[in-house]
Amino acid sequence: MSDIISPIPGVFYRCPGPGKDPFVQVGDTVTAGQTVGIVEIMKQFTEVQSDVAGVVASFAIEDAGMVNPGDVIVTITEA
Amino acid sequence: MKKLLIANRGEIAVRIIRTARQMGIATVVVVSEPDKDSLAARTADEAVLIGPAPATASYLNHEAVISAALETGADAVHPGYGFLSENAAFARKVIDAGLAWVGPPPEAIEMMGNKSRAREAAREAGVPVLRGTDGPLREEDDALAIARGIGFPLAVKASAGGGGRGIRFVDTEEELLAAIEMARGEAGSVFGDPTVYMERFVPHARHVEVQVLADGEVFVHLGDRDCSMQRRSQKVIEEAPAPALPDEVRERIRSSSVELARRCGYTGAGTVEFLYDPAAHEAAFIEMNTRLQVEHPITEAITGVDLVREQLRVASGQGLSVTQEDITFTGHAIEVRLNAEDPSNNFFPSPGTISALQWPEGEGIRVDTGVDAGSVVAPFYDSMLAKLVVSAGTREEAIAAMLAALKQVHIEGVKTTVPLHQALLARPEFAAVEHHSKFIETTPGLLEAL
Repeated sequence: MSDIISPIPGVFYRCPGPGKDPFVQVGDTVTAGQTVGIVEIMKQFTEVQSDVAGVVASFAIEDAGMVNPGDVIVTITEA
Repeated sequence: MKKLLIANRGEIAVRIIRTARQMGIATVVVVSEPDKDSLAARTADEAVLIGPAPATASYLNHEAVISAALETGADAVHPGYGFLSENAAFARKVIDAGLAWVGPPPEAIEMMGNKSRAREAAREAGVPVLRGTDGPLREEDDALAIARGIGFPLAVKASAGGGGRGIRFVDTEEELLAAIEMARGEAGSVFGDPTVYMERFVPHARHVEVQVLADGEVFVHLGDRDCSMQRRSQKVIEEAPAPALPDEVRERIRSSSVELARRCGYTGAGTVEFLYDPAAHEAAFIEMNTRLQVEHPITEAITGVDLVREQLRVASGQGLSVTQEDITFTGHAIEVRLNAEDPSNNFFPSPGTISALQWPEGEGIRVDTGVDAGSVVAPFYDSMLAKLVVSAGTREEAIAAMLAALKQVHIEGVKTTVPLHQALLARPEFAAVEHHSKFIETTPGLLEAL
């Protein structure tokens, strides 16, 4: 298991925009470097990328939830 | 008007409260959860909690804002800038609820919100426009032939775009058709309207703009401003009047902006934005902002006219207090936007708690702030904390006064853009008015030295 953490504070979004499909769903296979969500801080958007290849196990933060630096956002089961 | 609801936050809410209070008008601000104890909430007569942190659930929630107005017995709504200020649907709901809308008629907001319609209206009013398509580019048009007439490089712009968004630059004929295709696709998905138009692109352009005021019968301008110092299309430093502008250009943009306001039945405060090509000595229409502008204090500084007072007078049916003959221009004013960003880390946002705060004081210095010592700068909204404005007899004196004022700014707890302003104001290019809207991004060593 690998935890993907937010390096910054802000609001976590699972989708690239309102009405868009989520970047990834639980059960999806991801590659290292793939975007799994974005964190918005003061109108600036930072992509959150998976450090590892594997399968999305769970989201610790719901869509539009607050994150602080170091908070776990997504857990990946490593391939 | 007895009680005004302000549908905004931060410095602009505080600034609007100040004038309303001077006019004997009670004030209500709407606040989101993290803004409950903000300076604006503490300064207003009443604060109404309308929702959680995300703006879509609070400051952009039409029904929550209007309910707050009705429940507190407010009789007017001032939208400030940003948020709902250029939302025609919201303006209509405010008016339909029997409240006074502090802004232009919804039809004017709508027309100026559509960039190709706005461009046509501007052209018909005699406002100089860039060579480009007359109206939107239609599917059946010979885009290549039109583009050859405009010349390369050119910009393909989304009709529903604005504020620097929805623009694609095309350098050569070969790239044109693919670029139009992509621009249409993007415009459709981002703005819900695939309409695009083409316009000549001017490299090294300056940004100048004209402030207008109108009450339906009287239409005036309050001179011009230059906002060329920008970072990623966001204004950083503004000044009034616009320096190094030929008299005939200044006169033409001022008078044609008034004519545009007259033709679209404008009321209240508005800004007509132009790009200025210093090589060709030509100005051309960009867009009209149908609201109070962030940088309005520099116009107030050189004219002595309180723009918010005029807005509130017009919204309450009293009409403007000034005619064109009354408006005179004195001295030079500069504004810098102080953002909670870290200039040494690529302007990354810097939220936090302001542990200590001291503003400069003295003649000719004005600070419009949304924060005080102890304020929490939350990560949810725009990073602008405050605006520092100085006025002096000449531009040279104003630059020196701003540099002196910036030295006295003391903010602990968050990083700010003070070092950026100090670096920019000390540049010989700024002194010589040789800067342009891409100056910050294209000047080697400027940001690295911060």
